[in-house]
Amino acid sequence: MVEKKNSYETGFGSDALKNPQRIVFITKKTSAKVKGDVGRQLMSFPHLLLRESIAFQVMVIVLVGIALLWDAPLEQLANPLVTPNPAKAPWYFLGLQELLHYFPPLVAGIIIPTLVVVAFVVIPYFNVNVQGEPLWAGNRALRFKVFLSILVALVAFLAIFRAWTVLVPTVAVAGPLLFSSFLKPEGQPAWKFLRTRPVSWWVMTWFITVSVVLTLVGTFFRGPGWSWVWPWRGHGV
Amino acid sequence: MATSSLAQAFGRLRATQVWKSIFRRGPARTNRTRSLAVFGNLFLHALPVKVRDKSLRVRATYYLGSITFFLFVVLVITGILLMLYYHPAVPQAYRDMKDLGFVVSNGVFLRNLHRLAAQAMVVAVFWHMFHVFYRGGYRPPREFNWVVGVGLLLVTLFLSYTGYLLPWDQLAFWAITVGTNIISAMPILGRPVRFMLLGGNLVGENALLRFYVLHCVILPLIAIVLVGVHFWRIQKDGGLTVKETFQEENGRKEE
Repeated sequence: MVEKKNSYETGFGSDALKNPQRIVFITKKTSAKVKGDVGRQLMSFPHLLLRESIAFQVMVIVLVGIALLWDAPLEQLANPLVTPNPAKAPWYFLGLQELLHYFPPLVAGIIIPTLVVVAFVVIPYFNVNVQGEPLWAGNRALRFKVFLSILVALVAFLAIFRAWTVLVPTVAVAGPLLFSSFLKPEGQPAWKFLRTRPVSWWVMTWFITVSVVLTLVGTFFRGPGWSWVWPWRGHGV
Repeated sequence: MATSSLAQAFGRLRATQVWKSIFRRGPARTNRTRSLAVFGNLFLHALPVKVRDKSLRVRATYYLGSITFFLFVVLVITGILLMLYYHPAVPQAYRDMKDLGFVVSNGVFLRNLHRLAAQAMVVAVFWHMFHVFYRGGYRPPREFNWVVGVGLLLVTLFLSYTGYLLPWDQLAFWAITVGTNIISAMPILGRPVRFMLLGGNLVGENALLRFYVLHCVILPLIAIVLVGVHFWRIQKDGGLTVKETFQEENGRKEE
């Protein structure tokens, strides 16, 4: 290598007082902060702060409005000797309570919630979720078989436990999933959305649909002994 | 000329030494002073100095994360006020609820606001999470912040759940009894964990006190720390996600 005299040199040492010169090394890997196309930017002050304040004010106004019209429930003094029928958990746990109706407590109360939390945590660490390839972009025939088998097994399992309130939303999501596999790329643009969904989208949509249905059923459609009631017939919650 | 004299008065106020000692910057008319307004302020420096105009659109976030945080602020304020009227004891806790209804000025409103904001926060936290998911906000480099978010979801649920017991009415007692019975289904650890949580085998005085401490001290502190990490990481991970459909992301591979 031929020694070339540059106006700068590397390896001066790191003492900033002795060597005030600094060289910026740009490595191949960029930090998260400079990744991607930034696009047009605005100053946070005032643009972001103004919008945040409006959001806050709208929220407070809505909240106060409802709090003036609606009263927080308060029942009789707690009495361990008088069990209400049905005894219900807070609404956000009623989906779990609905599952408890079908499955043993270990499954519905411990295993399923744990699996859900673990599933949430690991979402970003699986490439299939990160890349988000459309479900039917790969080997369509194979994937169709795999998903059909999973679905049949799931439906059979739910049917054995007679877990209809899980089965119905599962089928409601599985229908469009299987249907989307028959959509052709040159087909209607309206179906493009369905055709290009990745597997993570389908799983999350299935989870949300089942959770919402279970929570609604647990809140409004369950009466004494966790029997099915119609809320408009007056003996609901 | 009311506005101009108001502006003049404000200008004179800004020229005072007291004002300058607090804000240490001129009026936010230049980008330099606007930047200073953000990073020179302890409470605002969690925010970026600049934001993409795309992430300011309502449809980008629906302000769900902010609203969740604002609800938390409302809950802290109303919660502290409620603490002034509340004794975590049996049956005094229930009497305090009655006092809020009949003795304390605006007590019903205070409790309504706290309960409503609590329910709304659970909804907002889930909605925020699903919205972030569908926008692909969990993808690198934001994967850890997603995990912090899952932690915040759990803390929110526990906060709401521990608060549920505090009125000590039938609704509270049986909801907590049903909920904590599930814990005993856990193999080996189930009963000890339930005993530790309730301070006994039944939902009683000890359970009320433990839930009170969890609800008012331990869980809010965890929430504040996690919220701090969550906000800080948004900046460090390169701001909010800009909407790219899954395909577009696939199309332009980063190198």
